[in-house]
Amino acid sequence: MTGPGGHADPAYLLDASGPAAPPRDNGELVFAAPWEGQAFGAALALNDAGRIGWEDFRQALIREIGEQDAAHPAAAGQGYYDRWLAALERLVSESGLVSAEDLRQRALLLATLPPGHDHDPP
Amino acid sequence: MTSTEAGRIDPALRAEALVSLLVERGLIDQATMDNFIKTYETSVGPMNGAKVVARAWTDPGYRERLLADGTAAIAELGFKGPQGEHIVVLENTPGVHNVVVCTLCSCYPWPVLGLPPSWYKDPSYRSRIVREPRTVLAEFGLELPGDVTVRVFDSSSEVRYMVLPLRPAGTEGMPEDELATLVTRDSMVGVAEVTAP
Repeated sequence: MTGPGGHADPAYLLDASGPAAPPRDNGELVFAAPWEGQAFGAALALNDAGRIGWEDFRQALIREIGEQDAAHPAAAGQGYYDRWLAALERLVSESGLVSAEDLRQRALLLATLPPGHDHDPP
Repeated sequence: MTSTEAGRIDPALRAEALVSLLVERGLIDQATMDNFIKTYETSVGPMNGAKVVARAWTDPGYRERLLADGTAAIAELGFKGPQGEHIVVLENTPGVHNVVVCTLCSCYPWPVLGLPPSWYKDPSYRSRIVREPRTVLAEFGLELPGDVTVRVFDSSSEVRYMVLPLRPAGTEGMPEDELATLVTRDSMVGVAEVTAP
């Protein structure tokens, strides 16, 4: 059931509204902030492009959740996408795709840009 | 940089940094990524699973195929996932109630249910549903009679579970698309039953 693009096939994006659409109150807010969606989408896109294996990412996520829950028991279960992002950072760095230092430098650079900047790298 | 050090930087900046570098280096395609986000945010959701359930309730042949090979039967309706996992469908009966968990992390049948709700990812749910399923189900508002067997299924990287809930009494003759509107996400995880309107 894998296959590049198959999951994103618009053919199955059916009935978001109308009589055949099951109730939306089933769903809840998926991402609490836009960056959570970015972290989520980046992992799927990397897998889609064959850059990371999904099982490798899953193991990294399990490890991250376990370590963070152990280190901060009071916060267990909080910050799911924090852990997701940390796992992804670790995996891309360990896979040699983007080094941890490059990630850090870019984040620090972005922090110096004024709010509302266009997010383009210099 | 350890993840602890990274944690001192605002995650929004870290996510932006990660995405911008991945796109710049041609490691991911921005449009593909945006499409994933949009798809999971707005389009993939419990409605896919609800259609599967409604079809199974109204088409005995489909129900049989669904229980025999969930992945294939779900793909018949056009729902496929990116992860290559198998989806196994667990049938509730008057005597057996199934409930799904992922004790290790948050494995979930995304193609049919969308993204997992926050409680599914909570360590409390992940551990307690195994130890004391009836108590946890009661907290969800689901009181099961003592003679109903509760089975808890732990998801894995290879197998994702989805519950086929009982069709509620009083819905005989209701068309498939209307039935689908009754099916909730929680009923397909197994922490609720489907009720007639």
